[in-house]
Amino acid sequence: MAISEVIISEILSKKEIADGIFEFIIDADNKMGGAKAGQFIHVKCDNSVFLRRPISICEVKNNTLRFIFQVRGKGTEALSKFKAGDKLNVLGPLGNGFSVDREYKHPVVIGGGIGIYPLLQTAKILKNADAILGFRNKDFVTLEEDFNKICANLYITTDDGSYVRQGLVTDVLMEVIKAGDVDAIFACGPMPMLKAIKEIAEEKGIFTEVSLEERMGCGIGACLCCATPVKDSELEEGYTYAHVCSHGPVFNASEVIL
Amino acid sequence: MSNLKTSICGVEFKNPVITSSGTFGFGTEYNKYYDVSKLGGMALKGLTLKARQGNPPKRIAETPMGILNSVGLQNPGVQTFVNDMLPYIRRFDTNLIANISGNTVEEYCEMVEILSDSSIDMIEMNISCPNVKKGGLNFGTDPKMVEEITGEVKKHCRKPLIVKLTPNVTDITEIARSAEAGGADALSLINTLLGMRIDINTRRPVLFNNMGGLSGPCVKPVAVRMVWQVRNAVKLPIIGMGGISNWEDAVEFMIAGADIISVGTANFIDPFTAPNIVEGLRKYTEANKLENISEIVGTVIPNK
Repeated sequence: MAISEVIISEILSKKEIADGIFEFIIDADNKMGGAKAGQFIHVKCDNSVFLRRPISICEVKNNTLRFIFQVRGKGTEALSKFKAGDKLNVLGPLGNGFSVDREYKHPVVIGGGIGIYPLLQTAKILKNADAILGFRNKDFVTLEEDFNKICANLYITTDDGSYVRQGLVTDVLMEVIKAGDVDAIFACGPMPMLKAIKEIAEEKGIFTEVSLEERMGCGIGACLCCATPVKDSELEEGYTYAHVCSHGPVFNASEVIL
Repeated sequence: MSNLKTSICGVEFKNPVITSSGTFGFGTEYNKYYDVSKLGGMALKGLTLKARQGNPPKRIAETPMGILNSVGLQNPGVQTFVNDMLPYIRRFDTNLIANISGNTVEEYCEMVEILSDSSIDMIEMNISCPNVKKGGLNFGTDPKMVEEITGEVKKHCRKPLIVKLTPNVTDITEIARSAEAGGADALSLINTLLGMRIDINTRRPVLFNNMGGLSGPCVKPVAVRMVWQVRNAVKLPIIGMGGISNWEDAVEFMIAGADIISVGTANFIDPFTAPNIVEGLRKYTEANKLENISEIVGTVIPNK
């Protein structure tokens, strides 16, 4: 039986890559290097907040783990105060990642805002993916070079048109699908975006996975707090609650009720 | 090794450390971190007669030094638990405590009948869940009801019956005495304190269910106080819980009067909390040259 651990990991580098968005690269300590694309870590911030914070893994390489988060509240604020050389108390990698263990003809990773980060490792493993990334404006465009290096094609949209193309990532997705043979979509981002992608995927019959988030307690499937409704035709209600930490965070889009 | 051994209701515990219902799943999740057989026991996720979906999200809200939860007893139902899950978790060498909630007295009776025929070691009757619409809390706050339901359930129960008490009452000793009068074999306390959080921007409660149960270190002084009061009111063994995060907390609860202590919310912060407490208690008994940890139970010296 695999024994999981609490890992005390050194922060190797820290950078604010956009206003309020921080990139940490931490020592994977020979334990987290095998993290799968789409998995997350559950991080202890400081004593100003009680619970750990789940943060998706952006990239693993050379025994390091990279994650990026936006300061949204007290927990992420506390986390942003950590410095290179500090030690971080981490549980993980946790959850189920994207299905990148098989080959696709034309996979697409699609994300919006801070939802793009787990897609980097995903695209890296896929090798032949197109990436469609949406940002609020030019100032929040991040990881462009990283995605450029590993993707077949990179499309960027901004809400206000201040960089590349104004519009929604789903507009681009429709065009890419129209151009031909998309057989897999991997998505992460805000709920309206995921809903739109799920609709498109169902209409076109394309295999699609979405990464979800929910307020979390334990992170390992024990407390049942991070509930998300999934279809269950055997039940009278037609749905049941799965848990983002243990059944997800990645779900088949056709299973979830968004 | 043996200086932590203790027993309540004729059930032997290798140490007085167990984990609290609702915070530890069915044990398998934490068994990925350490061998849960190291524990004295585990109170398993709350069961109901029929499977329950639980409440829609948000089910958890953070508070200063604690959390509010309103999971709403999501569980597969008692029969599915006995058939499909218990055989697997029975292989853990630790006491298994089934936790049950019902909407009616009859439901409780039916559940203890089913569990009495299973390999479960003890049954913890939750008459105080704040997160279900019917029953639950109402049973647990009315002394007459507590005595009546405990008496009825005892007639059907062929396992030691622990009654779990709610702190959401004016006088917990009254409820404890009622449970004792009804024939409870042990008491566990405290369940969560009913609480609420509101998002000041949306003016909506953070939890879908509006209110939820408060747990974590923030409730510890309340729990210690109630354990002490109940210790002075009844003779029954007490399982004490409420914010226990380290061995010092555990010792405090035992001095207040808990025979066994239970680790709940702290599991979420550090999965190793419970086995660390076992180790801490071992060192404590050695350092204080105790023959058995139970020597400290109820030894608080109150001010006159």
